[in-house]
Amino acid sequence: NEQLAIPQLRQSSYRHETPPTNPSRRCLHLGYFGGKRLHKISWSAPKPSPLTRSAPMAKLAIFFTLTLSLLPFLSHSFSPDTPTDRRILVLLDDFSLKSSHSIFFTSLKSRGFDLDFKLADDPKLSLQRYGQYLYDGLILFAPSVERFGGALDVAAVLDFVDSGHDLIVAADTTASDLIKSVATECGVDFDEDPSAMVIDHQGYAVSDVDGDHTLIAADELIRSDVILGKTKIEAPVLFKGIAHSLNAANTLALKVLSGSPSAYSANPSAKLSSPPSLTGSAISLVSVVQARNNARIMISGSLDLFSNRYMKSSVQKAGSPSKYEKSGNEQFVTEVSKWLFHERGHLKAGNLRHLKVGETGEPAMYRIKDDLEFYVDIFEWSGNSWEPYVADDVQVQFYMMSPYVLKTLSTDKKGLYHTSFKVPDVYGVFQFKVEYQKLGYTSLSLSKQIPVRPFRHNEYERFIPTAFPYYGASFTTMAGFFIFSVVYLYNK
Amino acid sequence: MPPQTMSAKTDATIGVNGTAKSTSNQAPPPMALPANLKSDLLNKLSLKSFKLKTKQQELLLRVSILFLVYVLAFITRLFSVLRYESMIHEFDPYFNYRTTLFLTEKGFYEFWNWFDYESWYPLGRIVGGTLYPGLMVTAALIYWGLRFLRFAVHIREVCVLTAPFFASNTTLVAYFFGKEIWDSSAGLVAAALIAICPGYISRSVAGSYDNEGVAIFALLLTFYLFVKAVNTGSLTWSLASAFGYFYMVSAWGGYVFIINLIPLYVLVLLITGRYSVRLYIAYNCMYVLGMLLAMQIRFVGFQHVQSGEHMAAMGVFFLMQVFYFLDWVKYLLSDKRLFETFLRITVTTTVGLAAVALGVGTASGYISPWTGRFYSLLDPTYAKDHIPIIASVSEHQPTAWSSFMFDFHILLFLFPAGLYFCFKRLTDATIFIVMYGLTSMYFAGVMVRLILVATPAVCLISAIAVSATVKNLAQLLRTKSKVTQGGSSKAASGSKASSKALLDQSQPFQRNGAIALLLGVFYLLSKYATHCTWVTSEAYSSPSIVLAARGAHGNKVIFDDYREAYFWLQQNTPTDAKVMSWWDYGYQITAMANRTVIVDNNTWNNTHIATVGRAMSSYEDEAYEIMRELDVGYVLVVFGGVTGYSSDDINKFLWMVRIGGGVFPVIKEPDYLVNGEYRVDKGAAPKMLNCLMYKLCYYRFGELMTEYGKPPGFDRARGVEIGNKDIKLEHLEEAFTTSNWIVRIYKVKPPNNRW
Repeated sequence: NEQLAIPQLRQSSYRHETPPTNPSRRCLHLGYFGGKRLHKISWSAPKPSPLTRSAPMAKLAIFFTLTLSLLPFLSHSFSPDTPTDRRILVLLDDFSLKSSHSIFFTSLKSRGFDLDFKLADDPKLSLQRYGQYLYDGLILFAPSVERFGGALDVAAVLDFVDSGHDLIVAADTTASDLIKSVATECGVDFDEDPSAMVIDHQGYAVSDVDGDHTLIAADELIRSDVILGKTKIEAPVLFKGIAHSLNAANTLALKVLSGSPSAYSANPSAKLSSPPSLTGSAISLVSVVQARNNARIMISGSLDLFSNRYMKSSVQKAGSPSKYEKSGNEQFVTEVSKWLFHERGHLKAGNLRHLKVGETGEPAMYRIKDDLEFYVDIFEWSGNSWEPYVADDVQVQFYMMSPYVLKTLSTDKKGLYHTSFKVPDVYGVFQFKVEYQKLGYTSLSLSKQIPVRPFRHNEYERFIPTAFPYYGASFTTMAGFFIFSVVYLYNK
Repeated sequence: MPPQTMSAKTDATIGVNGTAKSTSNQAPPPMALPANLKSDLLNKLSLKSFKLKTKQQELLLRVSILFLVYVLAFITRLFSVLRYESMIHEFDPYFNYRTTLFLTEKGFYEFWNWFDYESWYPLGRIVGGTLYPGLMVTAALIYWGLRFLRFAVHIREVCVLTAPFFASNTTLVAYFFGKEIWDSSAGLVAAALIAICPGYISRSVAGSYDNEGVAIFALLLTFYLFVKAVNTGSLTWSLASAFGYFYMVSAWGGYVFIINLIPLYVLVLLITGRYSVRLYIAYNCMYVLGMLLAMQIRFVGFQHVQSGEHMAAMGVFFLMQVFYFLDWVKYLLSDKRLFETFLRITVTTTVGLAAVALGVGTASGYISPWTGRFYSLLDPTYAKDHIPIIASVSEHQPTAWSSFMFDFHILLFLFPAGLYFCFKRLTDATIFIVMYGLTSMYFAGVMVRLILVATPAVCLISAIAVSATVKNLAQLLRTKSKVTQGGSSKAASGSKASSKALLDQSQPFQRNGAIALLLGVFYLLSKYATHCTWVTSEAYSSPSIVLAARGAHGNKVIFDDYREAYFWLQQNTPTDAKVMSWWDYGYQITAMANRTVIVDNNTWNNTHIATVGRAMSSYEDEAYEIMRELDVGYVLVVFGGVTGYSSDDINKFLWMVRIGGGVFPVIKEPDYLVNGEYRVDKGAAPKMLNCLMYKLCYYRFGELMTEYGKPPGFDRARGVEIGNKDIKLEHLEEAFTTSNWIVRIYKVKPPNNRW
């Protein structure tokens, strides 16, 4: 009659029956309740049959493992070990973009990327096959596409990002709702007015004809060496396109190139009747989003930003005396794409470990007031190898609802970070937390749970000086009682 | 100097003792004498045959009755095992089981120092220091004993059967206690009554592995030993009662009742002039040793000297010393006037000193004030206004009359009759039982669960009533028959018989009346027996973790959803996953699913519980923040809408709101009510319809047909169609729902990737 009474007892036998990773058969049960039918899907456990795991199965398994282990060598695909992207799908409105933006594409190719150009409405479009993604990155240079071809849609693009892949979205005045909704899902809102463009009557690029000041020489760049590279981008970046703003609820998006205080978003051909919805530095021209899974997204309001024409042209910002032979576009685009495709700013942390001072091996539990040492390895991806990451601002928290200890880690410049501290005089379930979020870098969020127990009954100090009166009292009482008894009994 | 004091002491002893004895020994002789005479008579009659002597016969009869009662007490508690299976019941027993398992596996020191990080995440709980280890140690000792005797039992079986075993032992103690306060026949009746009394069975069926199962035995044992000590004035007995008290302290928090009742009893004896050296010895030894022993229990610690609840005992202890001292001074001082002035000065200074000490102790925080639980005992309305967490527990509700009737049946009116008999023959012992009965009856009225404490007293006092009545009636019958049978030949009983006969003649039809009354008593007692058995089998043997219902064709339907859900949790979630549920299910989740819980039935941290209550009663996105803070991986709710199981989370929800609102004023009870009415249908408050608990309980419930002829989404537990059928979850996703929808488990999603 021990059917169910103690689940723990059943556990061991049950585990052998169903490998939890392989719920192989699914069947439909009709559940009855109170005379009514409920449809329910339940997993049915495969029968425990050791016979099925016979020789052919084993051979097959060996074959598969071999293939799987060889797969990384066969294809240079994105993996946690080599985070730089390899295969990139480029979706275009028409193939003429291939030549008009060739500098950008060539720079990518020269850095070792495989580019796969396709039309955005190609009916055979698909990002994945058999559950495996075929690409590591996606470049959407198809601002006007209304519907993707094939199996691709907004949800598929977002799933692509959510499974850790990178995305470049470029829009322009012809931007379709599809492109805008992709951007919206990434936390960036394009101006809702379809005819609006970014206009800047002070920061425009000087050109031969006095135009409508929609060609902007933007130089409000984000100050981050990680995203934009170590060499400063001197020349302004030419921009002609639509404005977007960061969603206030989104904490992950960054303005890489933002509008100058005098910029605004409006229809350049129409007269301005009402104040523009987007103005000044709220306007973002190019933004990047680093998702929580470290997928990187770049959203640009201008497709022309990437074009050969803008890259080659000279630029002079209105009101500025300095004229540059070449615009900052090429450098900007190249540097951002380096960041975007994980050639830079990609950190890897791991091997979180801790031990009690004077001991080897990780304890399962600490006692309050223990001294402990904490180690973590952090490496940075240099584009082709993992290099030690050197910084003096990595901190570890000893955390239980709030940090009880917050310590800056010191590094040995070989990737090992270390600190030691005393466990606080509080018991509970703590966590070692490394939350490292530095602009442009992969955000590191590691934690390891560790309980802290109070003293055991025999770990307290045995004889404390403050208790000497107590000891004295008890022993004198005992002695006194003894003497009294002797006197009373034998002294009559 | 010492010899002088000593002699004075002994003198005083005799003086006081003498008076006490004369008062206490007044009653017994008339009762004891005829019994002896009769047994002598019967002895002579049966000498010729090979029959046993009457005394031996009586002994045999008594032993066999006791043995039968012992067995009966055990087997009547096995209904639950027969109906369901050998399993642990309810909520708290799962914790006790888990700790016992730990104790048997890891040994006593590990148990003593156990820091449990699987409960009260992330605070953890020092289990060894926050429980009463008596029960676990007892079960472990039984287990080790059986193992030593080569009985390969599983610890679960030991745990399941511990409570019935101790109930059996309680019957023995009840017998001796009854014998001590009245006579052995009253003891037998008491043993029989307590063996099947539903008030006791409710907490001691097989599987109900809770502190109370052992504690009632310890309680009664302590009382018995103390009364024995008072009656004999023996150090041995009072030492034994101190150990009984130690066992009680180690087993249950209800020991506070003992440490307050005994001083109260002593005080009453002092006031009524029944002070004696016997009392002095019994109380002082019991108090001092009991206190020192109780301090060894970590959970109790220094409460005996530091907590307001224990101060009465200490006060009475000092009062005893003053009393004794005064006696001695009285003996030394021949002048009466001098003594009176001395008395006045001493009493004033003592009372003043005591008051100052208490005041300073309380003000400095050395003496902790009374706890909420204690207040709520004295003032039944206190918890309702101040401590929702105490008021929310169903077993803390004030008792309804019906449950008195249900739990005591005929004892309810035998109790006053027994009190009458006790008052008629007032001794130190009967005063004790009267006080025990009256105080515990009061507490039983305040809290449902304290019926348990009152049960032994009620059984004992009722036993006195039954035994005395039956004895009187039987005596009446017997003397009559003897008079008619033996006539003048029985000279020995002549005087007694004639006096009876005289009485008889004054009341005609007495014999018939006595027979009728006896039949009536037997009818009542048999009714009691059937009632008790019925109650045990129908009401008190349900494990509450497995639910049973009658199907449409009268067949039994078992809902095993709880264990299904816990097993799912154990198999399908990461081992360090944190499960948030209302605290009722905490113990079961840790014991059965082996997962970390945020709160559990050990309601030591009100804020933590309030946080969970707040999460449950907030909107989903607010709740999500709280759950992220607590690293919650899964949320478990209990829902009875499909099966009509009424003690589900929706019905408990108002308590979550109240407890949550008690700490976080953002949660306001009126937000969840409509005109003071709690509803879940279309007319429900908007906050109610969108709070986390509602969403989790009714997620996709709107698609379900529960009852023929009713619209989809008809909640069978509350009998209404739910108000929000289109529930969308944003931060949580349904992970598992049991076959009857009783337990629903949701997974907390990680934060959105791109936002």
